[in-house]
Amino acid sequence: MSEKVAIMELGSITQRLNKVQFGTDSASHITVNQGAAKAAGAGPLLVRICPAGVYSLQPDGSVGVLHAACLECGTCLAVAPPGVLEWHYPAGGMGVAFRQG
Amino acid sequence: MDFDVIVVGAGIAGCVTAYQLASGGHSVLLVERGAEPGAKNLSGGVLYCRVMEKVFPGFVDKAPVERRITRNYLGFLNQDSLVGIDYHDQRLGQPVNAVSVLRAKLDAWLAEQCEGAGAVVMPGIKVDSLLSENGQYRGIKAGDDELTANVVVLADGVNSFLAREAGLRGKEPLKHLAVGVKSVIGLPAGVIEDRFGVAPGEGAAYAIVGDCTAGVGGGGFLYTNQESLSIGVVLRLDDLVAKGLGSVELHDRFVQHPGIAPLLKDGELLEYGCHLVAEGGQAMVHDLARPGLVVVGDAAGLTLNTGLTVRGMDLAAASGIAAASAIEDALADKHFSQAAMDGYVARLNQSFAGKDMATYAKAPAFMENPRLFNDYGPLLANILRGFYNLDTTPREHALPVVRGALKASGLGLVRLARDGLAGVRAL
Repeated sequence: MSEKVAIMELGSITQRLNKVQFGTDSASHITVNQGAAKAAGAGPLLVRICPAGVYSLQPDGSVGVLHAACLECGTCLAVAPPGVLEWHYPAGGMGVAFRQG
Repeated sequence: MDFDVIVVGAGIAGCVTAYQLASGGHSVLLVERGAEPGAKNLSGGVLYCRVMEKVFPGFVDKAPVERRITRNYLGFLNQDSLVGIDYHDQRLGQPVNAVSVLRAKLDAWLAEQCEGAGAVVMPGIKVDSLLSENGQYRGIKAGDDELTANVVVLADGVNSFLAREAGLRGKEPLKHLAVGVKSVIGLPAGVIEDRFGVAPGEGAAYAIVGDCTAGVGGGGFLYTNQESLSIGVVLRLDDLVAKGLGSVELHDRFVQHPGIAPLLKDGELLEYGCHLVAEGGQAMVHDLARPGLVVVGDAAGLTLNTGLTVRGMDLAAASGIAAASAIEDALADKHFSQAAMDGYVARLNQSFAGKDMATYAKAPAFMENPRLFNDYGPLLANILRGFYNLDTTPREHALPVVRGALKASGLGLVRLARDGLAGVRAL
């Protein structure tokens, strides 16, 4: 069992999220305090813990946010150092709409 | 007052509370931020459903549940091996003890029952804050709208921003939280039944620890639905952060593990999702009542992971029953003081949910033991290999085989005995 067998193709995160229904709010419910993120070195942490690939490291060193991909779990808010993240739920009826759950 | 009671959140805890109170003839508003009830809700998800029968007689036949779980599989997954305990018992289906569920379907049904019982269900409304006056809670604010009630029930989930705002919850220590990452994979019912050796309507629940999370505290799960599998990992945040690993990477590691991947053959991804899980056990359950306010379900930290069973939904239902009962008394007495709301806490503590939280109070600390995720799986596999690997060398008796594997593991007999004893005491 030592070799990885890809019997079922999972696809990229973008392809996976294409299976998920969203009601996209034009306003972002996520704000990164770039200065605090840089000072705390929080970018790589946010990138790797988010299951939805919301965060990305930009060439200029800032943290990119794709709020429309957010699955609203709250993991980023739980792990982010103080002051790095403002995160609340999207407006009522907006955001992820699980059909399976 | 606009309503007797306002319930925030149409998950299991919120719906059970609202249903009980509306059935008792009280005016109830059930507010939900999702476009539809269930749209924001995700669980593993095995529901230990006996408690639901008390609220909705005939629950397993009437509610949109997936499969009746008659087969439980506990596996230690290593890089090259999988050692499992496979417990298949028809008695678990008579009466039905546990069912797999998909929350977008189940919670929509629960909210319909609430509506049928006379509750006003308002989806698509995010509650921004609570209304209070001199420490007495008296309603909710959503945008510019204010709605008042004698009692507000917070059933707004593990992140409960409203409980934080009310000062009932601070920032939770990371070891009290885990993230669940889950894929729902479509397969025909017949394929599921053949592959998992279950009869139509019956299903299997797999709990796996070890290599699937690369040693990160938590584990993998796989549950059979009617025409899909729910598969994923639960990763304790303190360990995930400390080990520098990614949540997607670990989800994929489990799903593609050679010991697991064949179970998903020819499947099609139907949905991908994630959710936070409360892992703190009893230590997270505190400050559940204020004048005019009670906290139920995940928002109250009511989840239990004993390694064998992972529970939350049944505890949510029990908390809803306890809350509704206390609120009924409060409405009858027209007293909504701290003492009146503490009636909920007393009822919860008296219920199986409160008692189980107390019984398993030491379980989270035990489940933090890294040897559970790193060492015991390989040890078990090496012992079994000692018996099964007939390589033409002369056989040894069981004791030296076990002793040899134990020595190679570096665990030592004392540590093994100590962990065993701790496990027996905690679980």
